[in-house]
Amino acid sequence: METLWFLIVAAMVTAYVVLDGFDLGAGVIYLGAGKTPAERQRIMRAIGPVWDGNEVWLLAAGGTLYFAFPRLYASSFSGFYLPLMMVLWLLMLRGIGIELRAHMDNPVWRGFFDVVFCASSILLCIFFGAALGNVVRGVPLGPDGYFFEPLWTNFRVNHGTSGINNGILDWYTVLTGVIALVTLTAHGSLYVAVKTEDGLNRRARSIAKWIWPLQLLLTVVGLIATVSIRPGVLDNYRQHALGFVIPLLVFGSLAVMMHGLLRQADKMAFLASAVYIIAMLGGAAFALYPVVLPASTDPARNLTIYNAAAGRHGLVVGLAWWVPGMILALGYFVFLFRMFKGKVRLGGEGY
Amino acid sequence: MDSALFVHRLHFAFTITFHYLFPQLTMGLAPLIVVLKTLALRNQDDTYDQAARFWARIFGINFVFGVVTGIPMEFQFGTNWSHFSRFAGGVIGQTLAMEGMFAFFLESAFLGLFLYGEKRLSPRAHWWSAVAVFLGSWLSGFFIIATDAWMQHPVGYSHAPDGSVQLSSFWALVLNPWAWWQYAHNMSGAVITGTFVMASVGAFYLLSGKFVEFGRIFVRVGVVAGLIFSVLQLFPTGDGQGRMIAYHQPVTLAAMEALFAPEPGAPLVLIGQPNVDEKKIDNPLIIPSALSFLTYRAWKAEVQGLDAFPQDAWPSNVALLYYSYHIMVGLGTLFIVVMVMAAFLLWRGKLFDSHSMLWILLLALPFPYIANTAGWMTAEIGRQPWLVYQLMRTADGYSKTVSAGNGMFTLLGFMGMYTVLGILFLFLMRREIEHGPRDASPHEKPTPVEAAGS
Repeated sequence: METLWFLIVAAMVTAYVVLDGFDLGAGVIYLGAGKTPAERQRIMRAIGPVWDGNEVWLLAAGGTLYFAFPRLYASSFSGFYLPLMMVLWLLMLRGIGIELRAHMDNPVWRGFFDVVFCASSILLCIFFGAALGNVVRGVPLGPDGYFFEPLWTNFRVNHGTSGINNGILDWYTVLTGVIALVTLTAHGSLYVAVKTEDGLNRRARSIAKWIWPLQLLLTVVGLIATVSIRPGVLDNYRQHALGFVIPLLVFGSLAVMMHGLLRQADKMAFLASAVYIIAMLGGAAFALYPVVLPASTDPARNLTIYNAAAGRHGLVVGLAWWVPGMILALGYFVFLFRMFKGKVRLGGEGY
Repeated sequence: MDSALFVHRLHFAFTITFHYLFPQLTMGLAPLIVVLKTLALRNQDDTYDQAARFWARIFGINFVFGVVTGIPMEFQFGTNWSHFSRFAGGVIGQTLAMEGMFAFFLESAFLGLFLYGEKRLSPRAHWWSAVAVFLGSWLSGFFIIATDAWMQHPVGYSHAPDGSVQLSSFWALVLNPWAWWQYAHNMSGAVITGTFVMASVGAFYLLSGKFVEFGRIFVRVGVVAGLIFSVLQLFPTGDGQGRMIAYHQPVTLAAMEALFAPEPGAPLVLIGQPNVDEKKIDNPLIIPSALSFLTYRAWKAEVQGLDAFPQDAWPSNVALLYYSYHIMVGLGTLFIVVMVMAAFLLWRGKLFDSHSMLWILLLALPFPYIANTAGWMTAEIGRQPWLVYQLMRTADGYSKTVSAGNGMFTLLGFMGMYTVLGILFLFLMRREIEHGPRDASPHEKPTPVEAAGS
């Protein structure tokens, strides 16, 4: 039962990253790819009807995490207090940027909110990547299962007795932040390419093309770095050889992405990018299981799916509403994306 | 008072008070938009459709502000109240997660459709999307109320070996009688905000002689619905909620009324300042025996006073609780008076020419917000010193690892951020109201820049 909820929460977080990832990525390239106000308008129009629905996945994933693993929620949210509050402020700025931009007639203020939107998108990508890096690296859990991390200490990855000194940012989590930025930039560029035509379409595609070698390089560096700071991540792969499908998927999807880019098949490349994200996150989840929050202080303090889960009865009851709820939610999303499918055009209602 | 505890309490109080300014309007407007859409469909009249679109735009702006200020609420359970989350997450995680799964997805997906999909949908399908937004926002309200109701009156739980509580009966949690009274009272309060805002904007249009045909619709719908819900707010919902408190939190009731000594035939205090040190009310204006009747339906019934309880079980701020409660009830009474007068003039066909009544409707706008806020303060201060009634004290629930300094830093950050948000919100509202409901609104007419580019 705990394993099932681990899979559900991991799947919901992944869905959030894949979905909000493309509108975050569209925000990253927003100023670079959109050269004229009309082109920027098109990028906005491409994400306009879906971005806040995508963000709801964060809330739903957070709510489900709270429900299934209350101890993990309590410990990680209070421990990551400062960065989470900053993520909140960035999410607010970004939402306001998108919304207000549509209401501004004066090009000066439009320009201002364009920058707010782009900058907050970039920072959010880095923060989310660093957050994942923190979870993989481990946090300084105390004997009571709580911790508090400052934003940075000495930028080293510490373990054992000095594991208590870890900060949110060190060389490893900065690296994962950059990987997330690059990944989502490619993802967002491909989404914009799918949704637009002409100059903007070509420009978005060429951004993805330029970024591809960097993404390949960082994937390799990231894997090496992860194994070097936490050799234990390979344990699950050693025990279950099936796990090696995941790295195959990672590199396979990168190959398909390039193939799609060269053949100007934007949709294929975008889907490959989605598979890449799923495989990367799935690989991390597979490596951690059954641990959900490793302790950098003492492995005995690890939070696992067993010691962090809610009561058995609650978990069973939860399935009874989660399954129909999910079916409904998927239904809405399929409907919504079909309504707004195809290339965006200007004119008419909306952003 | 421990300073970290104080900072964390203020942090939550500030962010939730600001947050609830937005959902109360969206939840209140949602059914009114359905009413306008229904009128449009019935009468085949485009004026109602334009009116519905106008309120949908207001709804949309409020929804965005509600979402961006709502995300911190869910986060704060973990960030600032982690000991509470660890203790109670096994129960209230249910309702909070269900809100995400059922309400948020429904509301956000269909709001996108409702706001931007009118041209692609048939009128009937568009009507359904309005209904879906209404259902989503009201479901969301229910799950939040069910969560708060469990903290007020915990049911359906059992104690786990590690000291936390776990769900033992899902239906007890969802069918908690406290939740249903509180939900009815709260949603009626939200509709009052919606109706007063609608009537206020309508009165503004009538008084300024702009968009007069819309002003009439807004005032008519606002006043009729406002009258119904102002009465429902008092009876049965307010009455039912009050008796829940009398039966399950008698000490809270005594503090709300600032009743110190137990009294048979307890009076209802209309006005007066509680003097906690001398245990009496200064300058009282009372209705004899009324409190006993309202609570127990018997004029001579004995209502327990604060003296019957040890002082550490008293709500920690009796005076603030007393004022919150009295402001809520006093304003609620005034709302009935205003709406009865307006409805009478409407029935006589004189309302649209009555400048003084239109002025009253225009200026009434802030008061439902104050009443709703005061109502929530009554509920939350009344529960003190408990975080979960008689299971966990507030002083045991906050995040011990987050220092007062870190909490103060983010509290100040939120204050700054919300000041900016508030200014932007008012700016956007003023802009929508200035543009008015007539079509060729700013969204539909391409700006020169767009037109040049496309």
